[in-house]
Amino acid sequence: MLRVEDINVYYGAIHAIKDISLDVTDGEIVALIGSNGAGKSTTLRTISGLMKPKTGKIIYEDQDIAGLSAHKIVGMGICQVPEGRRIFANMTVMENLEMGAYLRTDKDGIELAMKWVFEKFPRLLERKNQVAGTLSGGEQQMLAMGRALMGKPKLLLMDEPSMGLAPLLVKEIFNIIKEINESGTTVLLVEQNANMALSIADKAYVLETGRITLSGTAKELASSEAVRKAYLGG
Amino acid sequence: MNPLRKFDFQAIVACIITFAVFQTLIATELIGPFWELNMVLICINVILSVSLNLINGYTGQFSIGHAGFMAVGAYISAIITVKLGMSFPLGILVATVAAGILGFLIGLPTLRLNGDYLAIATLGLGEIIRICILNIDYVGGASGLMGIPRLTTFASAFWIMIFVIFFIKNFKNSAHGRCCLSIRENEIAADTMGINTTKYKVMAFTLGASFAGTAGALFSHYFFLAHPATFTFMRSFDILTMVVLGGLGSMTGAITGAVLLTFISAWLSDYPEWRMIIYAATLIVLMLHRPQGLFGSTELSLKMFGLGGKDDGRIAEGR
Repeated sequence: MLRVEDINVYYGAIHAIKDISLDVTDGEIVALIGSNGAGKSTTLRTISGLMKPKTGKIIYEDQDIAGLSAHKIVGMGICQVPEGRRIFANMTVMENLEMGAYLRTDKDGIELAMKWVFEKFPRLLERKNQVAGTLSGGEQQMLAMGRALMGKPKLLLMDEPSMGLAPLLVKEIFNIIKEINESGTTVLLVEQNANMALSIADKAYVLETGRITLSGTAKELASSEAVRKAYLGG
Repeated sequence: MNPLRKFDFQAIVACIITFAVFQTLIATELIGPFWELNMVLICINVILSVSLNLINGYTGQFSIGHAGFMAVGAYISAIITVKLGMSFPLGILVATVAAGILGFLIGLPTLRLNGDYLAIATLGLGEIIRICILNIDYVGGASGLMGIPRLTTFASAFWIMIFVIFFIKNFKNSAHGRCCLSIRENEIAADTMGINTTKYKVMAFTLGASFAGTAGALFSHYFFLAHPATFTFMRSFDILTMVVLGGLGSMTGAITGAVLLTFISAWLSDYPEWRMIIYAATLIVLMLHRPQGLFGSTELSLKMFGLGGKDDGRIAEGR
């Protein structure tokens, strides 16, 4: 579904991503794990078009999307839940969700999607007329996810969904990611919480200072000595 | 009739009544020439502040080059009426379109910048426009373009103002407007929703600039001349002050800000030596007590009249 081939990304003179290649197959959950500054988010931002790779290809459904602008890529079915829950703080929950369906024109479909999102996140339904900036951290993360799902993406890119959330909530969020995946959406997940990520992923890549150092099925990685030492706490 | 339409209808009636009252007062000379001048100025300033609010308040792009676009409108319309001898309405129209085209051309490269950088760029561009005009002998250079007939009346200024207000209000409530708001709220999130952020930033900038051109045309045809010194960055700041004072992102705030500041400034002209001191002190006090502006980003409207209509699914309908 998505194949990234040898991309190189720079922030000015800083070479952030070095020859990264990865594969995402239809229906999978793929995790990118690694420590701070390894280039996980940058990889995601490059795929979603917020950043442009200097070299390399990003093949999505047989089409090179490297360098296309973000809004075009969204139109092709790749939607990102950006890091730090970038919700529209002064809009209500409903309005945020409506923005998520911005590219859709099928009114009935939008209504169905909204119903589905409210089913998955009943807490959003309770607060649908509340201004989004007043939601708690966890609720904002749910809203950011719900908003992305409103666009009915084929591939969902998630950037650090666990960031700043209480452990119990993290569990809840990951369960929902699993459910979203089971209902047919492919997920590419960036996560510092390697334990959590590996527990739901099919496949994972380990990033270190802009390079992929390890890859394999989530099970293999979870039992690998190197990963356990570096990311899973022994 | 849905609630929004009903509100529009009532608003139009209110406008007609307001207009009738003031027009009668002017006709019966209860309002003298000095206050008539200031009422026209209020209309012009409202157009300027409401159009700047579209860029700065709704879309969140900090532009301070509004006087430049106003200058373009003032000069282009004067060229149409004085140099080419064509009609005033055509002059307004051409001025609007010309300022809009310029806004588009300037907006395309500069709107890649954001925050402070955009502010500096637009400030510079406003000055560039003024200096260019200063050096064109065809329009009088430094002595300005004189002999412009007074074709702007209170009636024309008032109704054009109403048109601009309604236009921008409807724009804000459309799907396009919602895109602009989402850019202000969070540009990256807007990007990831599939909104072409550059397009909407340029669209808001172009619309704002073209209405500044309209205001410029009204301005030069009321004060008999178009002079480069009228359109310095100080005027840009005046307009910005009106918007910020009223509340960035609030249409009614922008209107109130423009009315209030024009009024204060006119009233203080009786005390010329105190004028700038009181004006500045008023601003400082207001900003200390209401840093978010008089209205914040909320509107003084619908709900206050008990007409707060629910309009769910606006986005879906707008498309």
